[in-house]
Amino acid sequence: MTADPRGVLTGVHFLDGDHAACEGALAAGCRFVAGYPITPSTEVVERFAGRIPLVGGVFIQMEDELAASIAILGAAWGGQKVMTVTSGPGLSLMMEHLGFAAITETPCVFIDVQRGGPSTGLPTLPAQADMMQVKWGSHGDYQVIALCPSSPQECFDLTIRAFNLAETWRAPVFVMMDEVVGHMTEKVVIPEASAIEVVERRWTSKAPGQYRPYEPTPDGVPEMVRAGDGYRIHITGLTHDERGYPAMNPQHQDRLIRRLNDKIRKAGEALVDVREDQCEGAEVLVVSYGITSRVASAAVRSAREKGIRVGHARLVIAWPFPRDRIRALASGVRGVVVPELNLGQMVQEVERSIPAGVPVLPVDHAGGTVHDPDAILQRILEAAR
Amino acid sequence: MSRVEIRIGGLGGQGVILSGILLGRAASIHDGRHATLIQAFGPEARGSACSAQVTIDDDPVDYPYVRQPDILVVMSPDAYQIFASQLKPGGILIYEEDLVTPGPGLPDGVRCYGVPATRFAEELGRRLVLNIVMVGFFVGVTGIVSREAAEQALLALVPKGTEALNRAAFQKGLEHGLEARERTVARDPAASAPRLG
Repeated sequence: MTADPRGVLTGVHFLDGDHAACEGALAAGCRFVAGYPITPSTEVVERFAGRIPLVGGVFIQMEDELAASIAILGAAWGGQKVMTVTSGPGLSLMMEHLGFAAITETPCVFIDVQRGGPSTGLPTLPAQADMMQVKWGSHGDYQVIALCPSSPQECFDLTIRAFNLAETWRAPVFVMMDEVVGHMTEKVVIPEASAIEVVERRWTSKAPGQYRPYEPTPDGVPEMVRAGDGYRIHITGLTHDERGYPAMNPQHQDRLIRRLNDKIRKAGEALVDVREDQCEGAEVLVVSYGITSRVASAAVRSAREKGIRVGHARLVIAWPFPRDRIRALASGVRGVVVPELNLGQMVQEVERSIPAGVPVLPVDHAGGTVHDPDAILQRILEAAR
Repeated sequence: MSRVEIRIGGLGGQGVILSGILLGRAASIHDGRHATLIQAFGPEARGSACSAQVTIDDDPVDYPYVRQPDILVVMSPDAYQIFASQLKPGGILIYEEDLVTPGPGLPDGVRCYGVPATRFAEELGRRLVLNIVMVGFFVGVTGIVSREAAEQALLALVPKGTEALNRAAFQKGLEHGLEARERTVARDPAASAPRLG
């Protein structure tokens, strides 16, 4: 189906990434946001709070991030498409409810506008250091989907996609922005509502009495109902059976947790999005994501001017990590260069994905600004030797 | 044209950020090129030093920050002090001439263009439009964004009911900029050679 025109601000705009992400959420059909504003993500909820009365929906400024992250899960079971928005310190507080979202298979979107950490760190300056936290920060085995926009246009586009993926896979989906992408202003084209695909919730067609909340469909994802529509449902963070009732034994644990993980891990190409630039026949491969991919592009161009055949693979979907694709692209290269605004996070995924013997050269950075393209260029030159 | 980096500096309240938005919007939406605006963000963004960075390119802008501006626009002495030495040699300095006095320490070959933007704005009846005078002057001197694009961006951004005032401010700056440029070229024909934009 296509977007509800009430939420779509069709036109050509000059917007920053935070505002563009808000418009993406509205276009995707998000009608409930609970948040606890935090720099550098505040503009997302500020705009949402201003726009939602015109569109029809709810914004609640909660007492803290724990409340924000659980309120959205309640609203999702009430039938809404939901989102919360935060940055590092708030994200840390949301980890409990990230796990609750995963085990209850509640469709929800988290926008994380990353800033320097740990703790309060650098409130107004960028980092990409929450990449592992969103994957591993809640306890237990679970999967998330994480998208990495590198421009305000992508903040719009990928936020819509985040909502669609959340509904398709019934899993928490992250939009991993950073302070630079959030605060940079560029042209953003918002199409007509009829040109925006939105994915509807997997509503059941079964009658009350026949419906079981956690009975998987063939792709492993169960169907949903709206609380209060006459179905008997039980939603719990405890390990549960297909009726949703606690079933705390190894057999149900194995069945449920494998299914939760496998529905994402075995999704295959549906959850792979690597943008490849001249990767065929490359002698050096650069793997990047988010704002760093733009800086890396400058370095890649300089290296090509020096005659080096550099391929550039940009991860639009960082989680699930596209292990097979990266392995294929890295086969036959002399080295893989991985710049990121942290001291080495996604580079670990690259290292364990690629063929033995191919050197991996991280270009780490503690955050606070973007890389100097020369630092990335130097590593490319080193890899090409 | 390849990448052009612009830095705009002044005091909070002078309309520094809006100037950047105007130029970026004009270049990317109305001139059909690419532009990225980054604004100084943080406690310094109100009341004291304030700055915006605009990068304009025919290709998508990759590296997002301004490193060595081709053009520096300053509306306060502080902004001049902080940013003047970062200008690219041979670049362009545009300054509010009643507030800023260019001194030594400018890189080689920088061409300086002053405009009494605040006074012009006051003569038009609203001191507030000094930034629009500056933008008009910028367009006249550099030609980096087209006059038509700048006017379209202006009308898209200013509050309803203020269009005439803002147009007048833009026009005042533009004319002054075109004259300043002609005078410079008359003195130094080399100045006309690679007109930026």
